[in-house]
Amino acid sequence: MTLLGGLALWVACLLGVWGAVTGLLGGARGRADLIASSRHAVFALCGALLVAVVALEVALFRHDFNVEYVAAYTSRNLPTFYTWSALYAGQKGSLLFWATVLSLFAALAQILTAPRHRVYLPYVGAITCLVTTFFLSVMLFGGANPFERLAYTPLDGRGLNPQLQNPGMVFHPPMLYLGYISITIPFAFAMAALLSRRLEVDWLVAIRKWTLLSWLLLSIGICLGMWWAYVELGWGGYWAWDPVENASFLPWLTMTAFLHSVMIQEKRGMLKKWNLLLIIGSWLLSIFGTFLTRSGVIASVHSFTQSNVGYFFLGFLAIAGTLSFWLYARRLPELTAESTLESIVSREASFLFNNLLLVGIAFSILFGTLYPILSELVTGTKVTMGPPAFNRVNIPLGLALLLLTGIGPLIAWRRSSLPNLRRQFAVPITSGVMALLVLLVAGMRDPYPIMALSLGTLVLATVVQEFIRGVTARHRQYSEGWGLAFGRLIARNRRRYGGYIVHVGIVVLFVAFAGMAFKTETEATLRPGESATLKSPYGWTYTFTHLGISQYDALNRQVTAATVAVARDGRRLGVLSTEKRQHVDSRGQATFQPSTEVGIKSDLREDLYIVLAGVVNGTEQAVYRFTINPLVWWVWYGGLIVVLGGLVVMWPGGGAPAVRRAQAGYAVKLVAKESA
Amino acid sequence: MNRRQFFGGVAGLLTVSPSLRQSQDTLTEAGPAGKLWDPGRAGRPMEPTTAADTDAAIQAIEKRLKCTCGCGLDVYTCRTTDFTCPASPGLHRQVVALAAAGMSGDAIVADYVREHGVAMLMAPPARGFNLTAYFLPGVAILSVGIALVFAILRRTRRRQPVAASPATADGTAATAGELEQLRHELEHFRA
Repeated sequence: MTLLGGLALWVACLLGVWGAVTGLLGGARGRADLIASSRHAVFALCGALLVAVVALEVALFRHDFNVEYVAAYTSRNLPTFYTWSALYAGQKGSLLFWATVLSLFAALAQILTAPRHRVYLPYVGAITCLVTTFFLSVMLFGGANPFERLAYTPLDGRGLNPQLQNPGMVFHPPMLYLGYISITIPFAFAMAALLSRRLEVDWLVAIRKWTLLSWLLLSIGICLGMWWAYVELGWGGYWAWDPVENASFLPWLTMTAFLHSVMIQEKRGMLKKWNLLLIIGSWLLSIFGTFLTRSGVIASVHSFTQSNVGYFFLGFLAIAGTLSFWLYARRLPELTAESTLESIVSREASFLFNNLLLVGIAFSILFGTLYPILSELVTGTKVTMGPPAFNRVNIPLGLALLLLTGIGPLIAWRRSSLPNLRRQFAVPITSGVMALLVLLVAGMRDPYPIMALSLGTLVLATVVQEFIRGVTARHRQYSEGWGLAFGRLIARNRRRYGGYIVHVGIVVLFVAFAGMAFKTETEATLRPGESATLKSPYGWTYTFTHLGISQYDALNRQVTAATVAVARDGRRLGVLSTEKRQHVDSRGQATFQPSTEVGIKSDLREDLYIVLAGVVNGTEQAVYRFTINPLVWWVWYGGLIVVLGGLVVMWPGGGAPAVRRAQAGYAVKLVAKESA
Repeated sequence: MNRRQFFGGVAGLLTVSPSLRQSQDTLTEAGPAGKLWDPGRAGRPMEPTTAADTDAAIQAIEKRLKCTCGCGLDVYTCRTTDFTCPASPGLHRQVVALAAAGMSGDAIVADYVREHGVAMLMAPPARGFNLTAYFLPGVAILSVGIALVFAILRRTRRRQPVAASPATADGTAATAGELEQLRHELEHFRA
């Protein structure tokens, strides 16, 4: 099977080159035979890569340890669940996974693109083939072939890194990869629009679902990554401004900016140049993220695979970036706006400032991530940009963005009058100020949480006001019941109200982030029966009683589990367990350093987070770290709400947006005429 | 199971982490602090915690210092997370000793920098070239924002005398040209 897999990679590489050449030539010359050939190459490329994936999975499940990749990332006693996910646990496998998913997306783009947008498809096929071929070239010529064989066959493999043996890691990397990879499709359409000089709004309509999909997958991937970091890494937090975390956040920010600014182009024919830049930039950032993860140029707790493959990505990034911007610059004269901004107090202007902040935050994070290298180049000293530095720069920017999230939806398109502003802002601003006063009276003095909670209230009030007005209008106009009016309001305006749901999710996330400012923790050494206490930010006293330690063998690990009885203000809550795990192969040989599994008890208010640091003198006397993390569940719920909002926006049906917009445009103009 | 128990169970599933594990056997026969069956499985041997380990001032200092093991974490997080780290326990003892000797937090940090270099701070000191790390993004955003405001104001001022159009109740406006075009199209439509 591995021979077949290796062969499939070579066939795929040739198909990629063929698809790219025929696509570009067919598109430029309008030759139907070349276009058809390119399309077939896209499908065949996908088929060949699927064969390679199946071949690698078969090798993984058959424990073919003669294959270097199988020996490096699996062992005979690795649970089936993780044997499957070993496909993308290592560098070589993840490159194959990336190329396969990209080819799958490319095939789907060929199939699902509406007939009126098919004019872009030859170029789209060519670009996706080129990118896939790059990944295949890295595998075949960059020393990253997952089917490479060893000169001998080990009795057992090394097994999977214990930190990757977590359900979060089964879903988090593929989701993030899918997010990264799917950006290639909008990028390919953008390049197709530039190459074909068809720069009207069509290409934007064609990529609408793809951009939403990328954004949604990135959102899910980032949230799952936070969850994995929280439950697996054991430091008690979920975001540490690690370079790899930052790399995933960068395209999310630019895609979010695009999802806002594209509305201006669709409605007003403005920001054409900017939208193209955002798509090109997002794609380049996704490749940059891969470079950061693979190269090890900056230390990261998430970099499980480091090699010189990263420099292939750097070269690719440089070439792709240069060509993209060159083409973009050539087409600039054709990218003229159809209208101009009429007022600074308009929805368009607020979206512009929202874009400025989103892209500014992306720049700030990118600059901070690369600053150690820059500092070394300029001053000769490599400094560290840790969480304190990132928080100092980015928290104020995040709060400004939260403020705009509350303000933007209140401002009318084109221009807002003073009475209109007064009517729109009265409730949200009053709510925000009320929240601020309540927090100050309650004794809160930490400025960032106060601002996050007050601005969050403002945004929430904005969203609630928008929903109430919409539902009330439907209730009055169509005599619908409140429930039906609410449902239809969302169903008929999915983009708008789905967006508002996303805003609610963002508020919930900000509240959760603010909660971490009140984190408390302590360390204690306890004999069985002894207790430690810790005061929660809500005023409760938690008592942690060490019950004892048990040791046992599990499938692929030797476990030392410490149990702790937890009580709140004297009332028993339950028992928590935290473990030390020594992973072993099928012969009982230790494979990695001992790892720690945390014990977590969650509720909506706070998480109890218990870590077994170790034992004293080989006895049951255990050293613990007890942490109380407020509002952590709000992160997961906030993420869920964001995803839910994204799904509402993405949900198919409801008529063509362009038609609905045209109708709405006429309605506005008729009213204007009457009032004149 | 009645309805209340069922919904209680569902609510519990929704809010309680799956990592809350129920009771496990303890080595009751081994006494209050009996020897473990295989101490080697429990990770690196630990010393009992002292008051200094939980001292908020010590923790605050350690959170400013980067561990030298290469993990990228601060000393406090590393020593309370990566229990295999060969460096952070020693660095912690060093900080505790300096604090016990009466050195202030800043002096301890300065001492650490002298020994390990400025790269071992979790955030670069805000002076010299490092100011760009802290201020460049904000200044850049602010500058572009101000330029944007001026550009929009200039453009809208230029347009205003030409199109003093009526505004609708929700703030949208139609220019005279657009209204004329609409009138023309409606007439065309009626015809």
